[in-house]
Amino acid sequence: MSDRGNIAIIGDASSVLVFKTIGLDVYDETEPKAASKRIANLAASGTKVIFITEKLYEQCGETIEKYKGEAYPCLIPIPDSGGSRGIALASMKANVEKALGADILFTED
Amino acid sequence: MAMMQIKPTRMELNNLKKRRSVAVRGHKLMKDKRDEMVRRFIGYVRRNKELRVLAEKKLSEAMHAFVLATSSMGSDEVMEALCYPARAASASAELTQVLSVPIPKLTIEKTQDFSYPYGFATTGSELDMAVRLLSELLPVLIELAEVEKIATRLADEIEKTRRRVNALEYVMIPQFEAGIRSIKMKLDENERGNLTRLMKTKDMLKNKQS
Repeated sequence: MSDRGNIAIIGDASSVLVFKTIGLDVYDETEPKAASKRIANLAASGTKVIFITEKLYEQCGETIEKYKGEAYPCLIPIPDSGGSRGIALASMKANVEKALGADILFTED
Repeated sequence: MAMMQIKPTRMELNNLKKRRSVAVRGHKLMKDKRDEMVRRFIGYVRRNKELRVLAEKKLSEAMHAFVLATSSMGSDEVMEALCYPARAASASAELTQVLSVPIPKLTIEKTQDFSYPYGFATTGSELDMAVRLLSELLPVLIELAEVEKIATRLADEIEKTRRRVNALEYVMIPQFEAGIRSIKMKLDENERGNLTRLMKTKDMLKNKQS
């Protein structure tokens, strides 16, 4: 089953506005509550990929957790204009620890 | 371990044996599933890390360029330039399965060749640079989204499967074995009791005759 879906991005204006030029649906949110609502709306309307700035990703943990068990939408943290805060890498590390019991993949660096 | 409450009958013994053999087979299958998922997970998570590092590097470059553009052009002009609608990017999303775990498969839909969605009269080259970087980055971001989701889903599923494997290996199967053993002992004991009784009766009969 194939299905077309839009790609959205949520974050503060200075970080996400530029994504408008490559055709993403841009939503300017800074409040975690509003962002959570936005995520729920987007998921309900069939958006497949939602990028979120790391700051909001951290604050909307509960909403994001809800969609973790489903294949879509993919909620992906991206660094904002202030640079990466390592949240995505940390969640990747948590995945490895969950699956393998110990972080044996990323210990070399 | 808490013993199961079982009646020491042959029927119960047969039932338990059947259940044990199902559990053993299930355990083997589940273990194979877990091993295969771990193997695939490692591949995905490696790719995830590569993509993540690449994407973060490129994104910060692009955002840096955008910040420069904003400062050199003024935020109002940047806003104005970005107000024009660009062609909407969309991805075709499929659902595939890896070991019966539903996972996403995303492919970016290529519409037309890249073009700047604004006029060049009021915009600076920094903005062009940021936009160009981002448009190159979009396929990477989409792949990152796919791989990251797959890795998360697999990690969850591996954890679940591991729990099941452990429950079978350390709880269910030992329980069945203990049950089977206790029924066998009980039955043997009955058998021995019966035999002794028979021998005793035979002796008594013999004594009576002689």
